[in-house]
Amino acid sequence: MAENVLRLENVTMQFGGVVAVNNLSLEVNKGEIVALIGPNGAGKTTAFNCVTGIYDPTNGMISFDGKTIVANHPRGKMKKLYAGENAKRYTGVRTVDPTPDQVTKLGIARTFQNIRLWKSMTVFDNVLTAKHMRARQNVFSATLRLTYQEEKRMREETAALLEEQNLLQYASDLAVSLPYGLQRRLEIARALATEPKLLLLDEPAAGMNPQETQELGEFIVQIKNKYQLTVFMIEHHMDLVMQFSDRIYVIDFGRLISHGTPAVVQADPKVINAYLGVSE
Amino acid sequence: MLDFLHANLSYILSGISVGGQYALIAIGYTMVYGILRLINFAHGDVFMCAGLMMVYLSTTLPMSVSIPLVLVLTVLLGFLIERAAYKPLRTAPRMSVMISAIGVSYLLQNAALYFTGGLAKVYPTIPWLSRTVTIWGSTTKMVTLVTPILTIVLVVLLSLLIKYTKVGMAMRAVSKDFETSRLMGIRINTVISVTFVIGSFLAAVGSMLYFTNYASVTPISGGMPGLKCFVAAVFGGIGSIPGAVIGAFIIGIAENIIKGGSSIFGFGGSGWTTFSDAFTFALLIIILVVKPTGLFGEKATDKA
Amino acid sequence: MKKKNKAELWIAFAAIALIYVAVAILEQTMDNNHIIFTVLKKGAIYSLVAVSMNLLNGFTGLFSLGQAGFMLIGAYTYSIFTMPTAVKLTESVYKYYEAAVKFDTGIFVGLICAGLAAALFAALIGLPVLRLKSDYLAIASLGFAEIIRAIFQWDVLGPVTNGANVMRNYLDLTDVKIPFTDIPFPPTLYVFLAAGVCIALIVLLINSSYGRAFKAIRDDEVAAEAMGINLFKHKEMSFVISSFFAGVSGALLAMYQYTVQAAQFKAAMTYELLLIVVIGGIGSISGSCIASFLYIAASEWWLRGLDMGKFLGIDAPNLFRSGFRRFVFSIIIMMIVLFFSRGLMGDREISFAGLIRRFNRRQTAGATKGGGIDG
Repeated sequence: MAENVLRLENVTMQFGGVVAVNNLSLEVNKGEIVALIGPNGAGKTTAFNCVTGIYDPTNGMISFDGKTIVANHPRGKMKKLYAGENAKRYTGVRTVDPTPDQVTKLGIARTFQNIRLWKSMTVFDNVLTAKHMRARQNVFSATLRLTYQEEKRMREETAALLEEQNLLQYASDLAVSLPYGLQRRLEIARALATEPKLLLLDEPAAGMNPQETQELGEFIVQIKNKYQLTVFMIEHHMDLVMQFSDRIYVIDFGRLISHGTPAVVQADPKVINAYLGVSE
Repeated sequence: MLDFLHANLSYILSGISVGGQYALIAIGYTMVYGILRLINFAHGDVFMCAGLMMVYLSTTLPMSVSIPLVLVLTVLLGFLIERAAYKPLRTAPRMSVMISAIGVSYLLQNAALYFTGGLAKVYPTIPWLSRTVTIWGSTTKMVTLVTPILTIVLVVLLSLLIKYTKVGMAMRAVSKDFETSRLMGIRINTVISVTFVIGSFLAAVGSMLYFTNYASVTPISGGMPGLKCFVAAVFGGIGSIPGAVIGAFIIGIAENIIKGGSSIFGFGGSGWTTFSDAFTFALLIIILVVKPTGLFGEKATDKA
Repeated sequence: MKKKNKAELWIAFAAIALIYVAVAILEQTMDNNHIIFTVLKKGAIYSLVAVSMNLLNGFTGLFSLGQAGFMLIGAYTYSIFTMPTAVKLTESVYKYYEAAVKFDTGIFVGLICAGLAAALFAALIGLPVLRLKSDYLAIASLGFAEIIRAIFQWDVLGPVTNGANVMRNYLDLTDVKIPFTDIPFPPTLYVFLAAGVCIALIVLLINSSYGRAFKAIRDDEVAAEAMGINLFKHKEMSFVISSFFAGVSGALLAMYQYTVQAAQFKAAMTYELLLIVVIGGIGSISGSCIASFLYIAASEWWLRGLDMGKFLGIDAPNLFRSGFRRFVFSIIIMMIVLFFSRGLMGDREISFAGLIRRFNRRQTAGATKGGGIDG
């Protein structure tokens, strides 16, 4: 069995009475490209937000690289309200709730479904700023330029990264002035600048035409190999998912309904029902 | 206990009275914030202007004319401020509108400074309100008794208006969802204007009660009460009218108890007065940290 | 591209050096009581505090209104620290209290301590306040500034702060000496140097990795956090640094004024500063500086006649009486807020290459136009 990088165990996220993600367990192994698919509103982005620390899951455990990053059981109001499963399983476990920046520091980087670049900054600065987290300078040494060598190195790395993504020609343009497809690519470059082990892509091909989607798929494989990444993505474009991912998890109404290789998932009647509705 | 109440009755009475006056101003803040998500920094200065108008009008006109005239002029002022300074910025970022509000406040204060020459103006005595009465051994002005009653009457009327009239329903809709209401064909600008008209009207009433108590108006006498009333609105839960009223009463009473601190608690000397203003802000910070939605506020849905 | 930037930088340095030389020469040649020195000194002090406010409001996107409170802490810390012990022991300042602080420091130590005291308070206040969102943050920081003012006026602290009374007889601008000599330092130049060093530090910070992190927070908090920027740590850092420089500017203001009183640092002062920042352009350092000098020059000098009965040769004592200047001024400000909401500079910095380019364009445009008429 391959070494898993990301593991979710019985993760449940409940908002008030609504269970958005219910008892979700999955694994992403090192070097894989894994896709999370499901109809609109199935809870995919919510699951992502639980991993990245934007949400604190109501129940369940998430581990990354062998380290537990979240371990929760229903607390406070949720004790009574909880409608998910396995409420007792993690009661003895200490609760952990890292903020998104701590998660990123561990080595999980992400992109957003609706692109979230820093609008007033140039393409170059967008990537350079993402390197801030790994920088060793402090505010005094940075202000007084005592660490100018580190700054220089960061700039060189940024330029190299942009070069590789064919974005260097736009370096001094405002990020928002790029065409849509390039903005997506820039967001990936920015995520790479944080030196991640695991890359989470939230609908990277949204709004792209088939050719762009194909290129994106190849690009993902290429960066995965180059940076020895593991990729976990949410995607609606079935061509991309079926062609490029090693394994697929399918969720509907917050629950896992199927998983396996693209061929297995494609043939699963439950998946077909979820997407097309049950014919009775 | 009863002795204690008796001994400090004057503080408590003036607390209730000031609380009522704050409530009338706080409603203006809470309604505007509910609809525009704007801290209307100029509202306290509108209140001050109402006071100054009274001073100037009553020198030439009889009370029976100047009181309604002050109400009308204040309403007009509030309406004009909204049209001139906030409406053009409807699509601008929230920060710009807030800066514009601060600018209006600065303008009103400086205008008042110019017209008054910076001197404190003596507020005219409104005959019936200024009469002295004695309750349980404490002498006070009639206004102390009238304020809470008048406040409650006005609040009830306002609540009825918001609940049952068409414009009231529109107001509630706009405060729930600005964009959708616009799409549903609600005339946003009318609703906003009505909000400012109501707020200014109540501020004008509040100013008559407040300045009858304090006897003089200066260009900066709107600033502090304004901020305090905003705090009252936040304390009660911004957007909620009963919340603003209760918040205002709590702040008014607490502030006066602190003013009487040395006689009530028996130490601290004159220092307590200094803190009566600071207390309000301490309260604000505590409520914002502990329960940001205030006492009666609804949970804000903050989309990331 | 890089070479051009470097050239630009050198031009900027040269221009700044020129300004300093000009100030030094003016001060040696002109009558020191001329109003221009008031404008220069106060303008430099306001530049510093406006830039520090811009760091917070413009570059980090934190809408804080506590600046006056931090200036107050700076001014008081400075005056308490630098007032000679001998003065403290006599009754000339502390009339109603017995001074509790029985040591005194030099000007430099006083300035640094003023900044540190403001920064310390900011660090404490930041813990609860910086978790709040936009306008709640504004009102809470305004509230804290008021609380600070109340504390400094509290008579229980009288032995330290002299209660609500005026502080004076501390080391002011006339006490600054050229190091290792007894020759007085030219006061305007001193204020320019002190404020200039502080502003330079802020500019260096903004253009460092931390400055970029601040801007990232301003542009998109969620994205910033997802890219590993610790929101609270960076907001607190920006708040503390901004307050440090507000404290220093408060101390400089105290030096300039010879006396200082807590009652001066009201919310109105913060509003004034905010309006300066808006006039200059939120997010522009050079804009803040230019706006500060313009604001001070207009209010202390150019529009003075509006208060004195005579303006632009028009003699109308009934119209131009006390307070008219501020009235006109606030109307101008409202116009700027409503119609030029990006301010003088927007979020850009003054650029000499840009100025030259614009100048050239105008000239060529003029030339072609001229040619047209000829033909």
